[in-house]
Amino acid sequence: MQLTGAQIVCECLLREDVEVMFGLPGGAIMPLYQTLPEYPALKHILVRHEQNAGHAADGYARAAGKVGVCVATSGPGATNLVTPLANAMMDSVPVVALTGQVPRAAIGRDAFQETDTTGITMPITKHNYLAMHAVDLPRIFKEAFHIARTGRPGPVLIDLPRDVLEEVAEFQYPEKVNLRGYKPTLGGNSRMIKRAAKLIDDAKRPVILAGHGVLIAGAANELRELAEKAQLPVITTLLGISGFSSEHPLSMGMPGMHGQAHNNWAIDKADLLIGVGMRFDDRVTGKLSTFAPDAKVIHIDIDPAEVGKNVRVTVPIVGDARHVLRALVEEVATTARPEWVDELDELKDRHPGMPTSHEEKLLPQQVIRDLHEATTGKAIVVTGVGQHQMFAAQHYGFTEPNSWITSGGLGTMGFEVPAAIGAAVARPDRAIWSIAGDGGFQMTMSELATIVEQRLPIKFAILNNNSLGMVRQLQDLFYGGVRVSTAYSGNPDFVKLAEAYGIWAIRVSDSTKVQEAIAQASAVDGPALIDFEIAPEENVYPHLPAGGTASEMIEGPTGKEAPTWLS
Amino acid sequence: MVELATQYHTITAVVEDKPGVLARVAGMFGRRGFNISNLSVGHSETHGLSRMTFVVEGDEWVVEQVTKQLYKLIDVVRVSDISSDSIVVREMALVKVRVTSETRTEIMRVADTFHAKVVDIATDSLIIEISGDEGEIDALVELLNPFTVKETMRTGRVAMTRGGAATGSMKPSLDTTDQSAPDTDVVP
Repeated sequence: MQLTGAQIVCECLLREDVEVMFGLPGGAIMPLYQTLPEYPALKHILVRHEQNAGHAADGYARAAGKVGVCVATSGPGATNLVTPLANAMMDSVPVVALTGQVPRAAIGRDAFQETDTTGITMPITKHNYLAMHAVDLPRIFKEAFHIARTGRPGPVLIDLPRDVLEEVAEFQYPEKVNLRGYKPTLGGNSRMIKRAAKLIDDAKRPVILAGHGVLIAGAANELRELAEKAQLPVITTLLGISGFSSEHPLSMGMPGMHGQAHNNWAIDKADLLIGVGMRFDDRVTGKLSTFAPDAKVIHIDIDPAEVGKNVRVTVPIVGDARHVLRALVEEVATTARPEWVDELDELKDRHPGMPTSHEEKLLPQQVIRDLHEATTGKAIVVTGVGQHQMFAAQHYGFTEPNSWITSGGLGTMGFEVPAAIGAAVARPDRAIWSIAGDGGFQMTMSELATIVEQRLPIKFAILNNNSLGMVRQLQDLFYGGVRVSTAYSGNPDFVKLAEAYGIWAIRVSDSTKVQEAIAQASAVDGPALIDFEIAPEENVYPHLPAGGTASEMIEGPTGKEAPTWLS
Repeated sequence: MVELATQYHTITAVVEDKPGVLARVAGMFGRRGFNISNLSVGHSETHGLSRMTFVVEGDEWVVEQVTKQLYKLIDVVRVSDISSDSIVVREMALVKVRVTSETRTEIMRVADTFHAKVVDIATDSLIIEISGDEGEIDALVELLNPFTVKETMRTGRVAMTRGGAATGSMKPSLDTTDQSAPDTDVVP
């Protein structure tokens, strides 16, 4: 079948089960856009800024468990994708980005809207391609989707010169991928699995650290089975949240910088850590040399480069979390550890994790807890980065896998608005709550227009403290309270702003009105926004200083003072 | 055969012969702060595949990370640390040295001692081609320095495992990790 490059792209997308893509057109990518009317099965969602197309594809991928697709033109369109690609790379999210490029003859001549897109995105994609012939497109697309969704998922970019999109070539979609240098390991080494099971059986104080890999692999059931059979308390990393129900008696919460204090104490006392689909990132470990000083480590990850990268590993297992956990469930002995489990329960009681400082004002923690109640913990919660994110992570109480979508590794403010678009498109059956900070919201709020156009029923909860709260908190705790460039004195009236887009909105500053407002917003047929005027001085606790140890954790406003070496 | 100092490791990789592969590899080394003191690349015996030889400075942890991060690149097909194998290591160099009618014979004798070839003769200069290990090349250049070496051009090392086994026939051993990691810098 003879088709143009643009038609071939569309045929490939259909064969990869793509239903929707997020993008914004421009000169070089126009041949693809002008072909879209021939392919009504490919829905295109027009955004207001390419960065948000990328984040929407990211949110879509996480909520749908499919590859998210975003489209941008050459030059500035492509460079605007840099942040979302880096975000998807850090959080292992399968995204395929299509970018326009100047015609082949103009490449390298600094043509209008030319940029070295594959060069720029090389370190922030799992792989990328510059398609130089239309006839190569089927192979490139087949490989790109395979690379994006298998192994440790990640973003793949395909750069498409305009004249390649116009070139006519024979279309035949390959049945198989043939990549000599890419063969991810799924099942773990059985000898290592046996060794791991023995360590688990012999351990007195084991804990599981469950990360994003559990959700990516669809291993929530296997994780629960293993935890229950061997009585292993489960700590979920920021991205592992929702992989283990917070209502489960063995659920511990989050570790690390803003994790509940008992988790850092548990890791400190543990004699065995079982890391599953996580990478012992610095926000989790603090100072590596004092992290889990008494623990042997079993590290299960599909990416061999993560195993042994940050912590010394006793038993490395390279493989897919679901396969490896399934094998471990069979291997481990049914064990009871009442002493250890009771000890951790006691730790939880001693470090209750909701210290509050301004009881007379509206507290962000309460907003999140009320949101949990109003949505019975069943919403898909999307956040950006900062205090609101940590409050949501600590207090929402997730019960269902893939109901928590946040920017983890890269820490991208503004993620909450476009990622919620992706989630809402992927899961029209679920309530989508975007919990935002006033800082991040203003980075990407241009997408309210997209939300209105697409009639997406996203509910926004802005935790508004008129500042860049997390940076303000760092200034107060570690920089002697010298506040530099963290006050937002010129914030818009978010209610009027929403109304300007035709979005229902309300402001809440009274703690008794929170539930009612959430109920009203939920009842709106379409998007809604609540501007919560929260106590501006409220901090996220605990706060384990960057590179610190469990003993340096600041548990609350009346707890330990900031360590002197940091102030 | 060359005795490498323990902190230097010879790593070979088989990579797809595609545009951008060198940039991917070099970019990865730069981004992760790995120190390569040598990199050479050329076609392999198989069409479409190239071989790279790296000399990497660092401890065991660094070498393991280098190996794994290299292997993570889609276009890298095989990686192996051959430092502890029995290997042949060679480098080639071209050395342009100033000559006069009085010094020409002596310089050619020096080259001859090193089994080096004179590949270009001009009235005031010679180009000498030498292949050998790094030390031999260093020694030749040192001997020629008194005559004024005008230019040297070196290829960097290439290495091959002795005996019947193919160089780089091993994948990185994925399940043998037991390395301590250095403390990373504190991120605020």
